Amino acid sequence: MLLGPALGLSAILFSLGVAGVLLRRNAIVLFMCVELMLNGVNLSFVAFSQLYGASGYIMVFFVMTVAAAEAAVGLAIILAIFRHKQSVDLQNINLLRG
Amino acid sequence: MTNAVFWFFAVLAVASAALCIVQRNPVSAALWLVSTMFSLAAIYVLLNAQFIAAIQVLVYAGAVMVLFLFVIMLLNLGHASSDIRGPSAIAATLVIVGLLLVELVGLWRYSPGRVAAEVAQAPGLRDPAAAFAAGMIARQDAVTHGVVGGIAAPLFQIYLVPFEITSILLLAAIIGAVVLAKRKV
Amino acid sequence: MTNLVWLTVALPLAGFLVNGTLALRRPQAKSLVSAVGVGVLLAAFAVALGIFVELWRNPPHAPIIVTLWSWLPVERLQVDLAFQVDQLSTVMLLVVTGVGSLIHLFSVGYMGEDPGYARYFAYLNLFIAFMLLLVLGSSFPVMFIGWEGVGLCSYLLIGFWFSEKANADAGLKAFIMNRIGDFGFLMAMFFIWRAFGNLNLVDVTSRAPQVLQPGGAIVTAITLFLFLGCTGKSAQIPLYTWLPDAMAGPTPVSALIHAATMVTAGVYLVARTNVLFAMAPVSSSVVAGIGALTALFAATIGLRQYDIKRVLAYSTVSQLGYMFLGVGTGAYVSGIFHLVTHAFFKALLFLGSGSVIYAMHHAYHATHSHEDAQDMRNMGGLKQYLPATFWLMLIATLAISGIPPFAGFFSKDEILAAAFARGREQPLYYAYYAMGILAALLTAFYMARLIAMTFLGSNRTGEKERAHLHEAPAVMTGPLVVLGVLSLAGGVLNLPAFVGGGAALERWLDPVVSPAERFFKLEMPHGQAELFLVGAAVAIGLLGLLAGFRSTLARPIPPARQAAADTGLARLLYRKYYVDELYDALIVRPIVWLSRIVLWKGVDQGVVDGAAVNGSARLSQGLGWLGSRLQTGQVGVYVVLFLVGALWVLSAVVR
Repeated sequence: MLLGPALGLSAILFSLGVAGVLLRRNAIVLFMCVELMLNGVNLSFVAFSQLYGASGYIMVFFVMTVAAAEAAVGLAIILAIFRHKQSVDLQNINLLRG
Repeated sequence: MTNAVFWFFAVLAVASAALCIVQRNPVSAALWLVSTMFSLAAIYVLLNAQFIAAIQVLVYAGAVMVLFLFVIMLLNLGHASSDIRGPSAIAATLVIVGLLLVELVGLWRYSPGRVAAEVAQAPGLRDPAAAFAAGMIARQDAVTHGVVGGIAAPLFQIYLVPFEITSILLLAAIIGAVVLAKRKV
Repeated sequence: MTNLVWLTVALPLAGFLVNGTLALRRPQAKSLVSAVGVGVLLAAFAVALGIFVELWRNPPHAPIIVTLWSWLPVERLQVDLAFQVDQLSTVMLLVVTGVGSLIHLFSVGYMGEDPGYARYFAYLNLFIAFMLLLVLGSSFPVMFIGWEGVGLCSYLLIGFWFSEKANADAGLKAFIMNRIGDFGFLMAMFFIWRAFGNLNLVDVTSRAPQVLQPGGAIVTAITLFLFLGCTGKSAQIPLYTWLPDAMAGPTPVSALIHAATMVTAGVYLVARTNVLFAMAPVSSSVVAGIGALTALFAATIGLRQYDIKRVLAYSTVSQLGYMFLGVGTGAYVSGIFHLVTHAFFKALLFLGSGSVIYAMHHAYHATHSHEDAQDMRNMGGLKQYLPATFWLMLIATLAISGIPPFAGFFSKDEILAAAFARGREQPLYYAYYAMGILAALLTAFYMARLIAMTFLGSNRTGEKERAHLHEAPAVMTGPLVVLGVLSLAGGVLNLPAFVGGGAALERWLDPVVSPAERFFKLEMPHGQAELFLVGAAVAIGLLGLLAGFRSTLARPIPPARQAAADTGLARLLYRKYYVDELYDALIVRPIVWLSRIVLWKGVDQGVVDGAAVNGSARLSQGLGWLGSRLQTGQVGVYVVLFLVGALWVLSAVVR
């Protein structure tokens, strides 16, 4: 039973992912930090799955699938923005300014 | 033994993640993330989720991160100047992450024994695993049907509809990505 | 016939509708308008006569209630549209329809050339309908409909020639002052409702001794508020200033509304609720006191007015004061008697002056002169041009001065005797008697002055105009003759005992006033005291007349355009003691200031427009601007906000 330490690790990875999202300006690196957050959550699901059954594994399965789809579409969007602005620095992407 | 392995890979994961988020070079950041994912796959094996570990390596580290690297190289970003935000962002980060950790660490209280005790409402349970019938069943399934079969059975029986919807989602993602990334629509 | 009493209201109302439609569609259909206008009045008079005959044969001991329909059935309050036929309402009915018919007939000639002929008769018929509703109403609300309605018609008719601002203003003044009085009427109704639980006249007057405490605060409050309404409607102090201004309307209107009928509504009200007034001696004293004071006050003002109608207007105010002196003293029958005789001779005086004005108008019109046709200084010596009018107005003057055997003598003498009699128990009434006698002297004086300036002496109208002065047509002089006969012989209605009469009116009205007499029985003087009082009254009247004739004819009077302005006491009287100016400064100006500066600029523009409407718009604008500050377009900011929210949700879950 590694539930406690596993959950702790999951929390640390998630927090590191949040820190990365807040700190980085590069869109792609930001996206990678989001993937880091998702990984942390996956660990947490797997850890609990030992107690609560196969639903945890199924959840991880779906998370991974959706993360893959999301990564594909997100990177495509970043590509499109790069073509338009020649930069992926998020500071410069503020057309929705109200 | 298991504990030592776990701690080793846990430290490795944390270090890789920390290095990932501070690397200046996006390619380095991507590679450190790959390292994190490998560590996590190892931990999954320790947690008796062998199939998930395999998928982690194949899909996450193999497909998603490769896609990331392709895009980075396509954009030719190279050695960008430091793109970490200014002091105000660092301050905000410290505050928010601090709060988050405080809240999450509070979850440490939930040791398996305590969770089992709460679920079974019987004080002083010796083996917490006995309280969770579902977990026992999953373990049995993994023994009888094999590791993959233990996941496949619920996936194609109980969770069939989400499975099909996810496949449609993937289809939409493919089309979307193709359309968005084209030079000329 | 009694159950057809509603016809008396319905007929004039129908006349209003027909004439009103004609006024809008075919104003030139003069003969039809005349036929309808006068016809409905004569029909109403016929119904009134029928009711009178029926009541004479079988005098009822309690009023006969004729209910038309249930008007306000609201839980405890049950008000029906019902008429009350008893001796008092029959008297009023006869006066209103009778004198009204004569005046309608007169109007056919007087207003014959006016472009608003149909409108005039429509309003006049409407007025009669409302007035009859007032005197026939069986409950306070129904009476109030009539009360308000006559005020409305008064406004419409005073401002009949509304293209002149002064006329429209006069109508407005009358209406607004009436409304102040109406407030009193309403307050009294509220008190009555609270004390009695219903608003029927029969119920209130019969149950009053049980429900209210004699001399108590509530009955005094009720009666004082009712009297406030009377001061407004019947032009007593302090709400009398609208009546002289009301002379801006056509002369027959002045005769009907402001002499014979509407202004007497207050006296009728006091007589109708005589029980309440008898139970509140303080209020009765107030009524009598204000009546006496008004009689004297208005008489002094009349001494120095030059417009013939103004003199008669102040005379009306003064005579109304006499009526209130009568009903305040407890002599309710005398008050009503004076109401009836006054209707005769005052209507005659007004219609006669209408004849004079008609002649003067024609004379000035023929020579295209712009002189004032109503200024007595432009008249004089009209006796030879308008002989019939002269003799009839002389009869009316003798009547109003209280010279026997004309009508006014009997009624005025009774009132003064009653005041003197009550003085034995409450010495204050001696003061009222003194005021009344003095007012009688002044009345005779200014009436003699009027006759002298108008008909006697040499003519001041002008050489060219003289040729056009002639008597009015028969349709106008006819009603004058009828009224003259009534002024001469009207005294027979209530001849006192010492001349061998049977006091017919007193016996007729006994069932109506007997409830009051249980609280206070007026001991009229008899024998020597009575003869002394009568002699004093007659002597005063003759003295006033002689003094008036002599002083007016002593010096030649210059025509209006050459007359010098008055000075000193004469000026004070001519300018009516500056009461109008006083009201303007004390009441009108502050209210206008309040409306314009405080309520309009301050509250409406500043608070409602500025703070509420515009302010709330600016608040929304401000909040919107604040909200827009959140939309920076920076992903970093959005991420921070997102995470803060997520933390918040997490904290709620983790607890």
